Amino acid sequence: MPDGIIIDAAVDITDVVCPVTFVKAKVALDELDDGQVLSIRMNDGEPVQNVPRSVKDEGHRILRLSDNGDGTYSLIVRKHGD
Amino acid sequence: MAADYAALKKGGFMRQVQRDNFSVRLAVVGGNLTAEQLATIAGISAKYGDGHVHLTSRQGVEIPFIKLADIDAVKSELERGGVSVGVCGPRVRTVTACQGVDVCPSGCVSTYALAKEISRRYFGRELPYKFKFGVTGCRNNCLKAEENDLGIKGGMSVEWIKDDCILCGVCVKVCREDAISMEDGGIKLDAPKCNQCGRCVKSCPTGAWKGEPGYLLSFGGMFGNIIAQGREVTPIIHDSDALFRAADAAIEFFAANAGAGERFRSAIERAGWDAFKTHVEAALDA
Repeated sequence: MPDGIIIDAAVDITDVVCPVTFVKAKVALDELDDGQVLSIRMNDGEPVQNVPRSVKDEGHRILRLSDNGDGTYSLIVRKHGD
Repeated sequence: MAADYAALKKGGFMRQVQRDNFSVRLAVVGGNLTAEQLATIAGISAKYGDGHVHLTSRQGVEIPFIKLADIDAVKSELERGGVSVGVCGPRVRTVTACQGVDVCPSGCVSTYALAKEISRRYFGRELPYKFKFGVTGCRNNCLKAEENDLGIKGGMSVEWIKDDCILCGVCVKVCREDAISMEDGGIKLDAPKCNQCGRCVKSCPTGAWKGEPGYLLSFGGMFGNIIAQGREVTPIIHDSDALFRAADAAIEFFAANAGAGERFRSAIERAGWDAFKTHVEAALDA
């Protein structure tokens, strides 16, 4: 992982569609402690256009969006501000 | 009792197929009513109507089955409960709005405040024919701006702030116009492709996209017997004073160029879009 970010947990939301994509990501974030980092794997298209903003609106900190090269992206999020 | 149907209609009393029954159109701005107003409406419907109300296609409320003999009583009871009667006929109609930035995460502008001000300035104004305003908060266009005589859509002029950017790549993906790319460790905005939707601003985790909210205006839309999409004739407008100068200019143009019973679209097309555009631009430059 670039910048030495340590991923604490990962969730795959490529198997669900909106609005469950965000719900699944939110549930995964709820299980972490403040400051821990979650990697959210999502599909290209609608999820990658909407999930990052929803995650930001919830007050979490987006660190990076990585192209996995297989039609999916991983959004790296630190739970709540810092 | 002799009924003046034109006066009744102007006052929002719509004649029904059932003789001496009227559907009372209420004044609603931007689709919002208070709980108190709703209670008043419910009470009137139960007491004078048949116990139901109709939600119109443009965010209005009508109370059907009001009897001719009860019209004055209904009017005064509505007024006491903070509800006024709407309008129909050749004048400025209900100003519609989505919830906008004050409620909706996608919103770029404060639609309700704007709808109230438009309504305060223009609602009920006599014109050659009906004239509809609609205000939508963003490009998602839930309120369907372009089906109105004057549609207003919220947007944002955007600017990338290099020093605040962490190059996370979210904006590149959220842009639906492919106007943003990442090149040589920086972000590049292809300005002509940008449709001012503001998604980059909304999604940026570090505030590295600065957005200046504004209004995109469309003129001459209608969605009745004839369907036509309103057209933009000016770039995004950033201040509300300019917006109202443009609205004044549109209404002046309509009053001066339309025949009785002629829609705004038809008046624009007869005079020519270029002439109309020049008229609006002159008002914006004033």
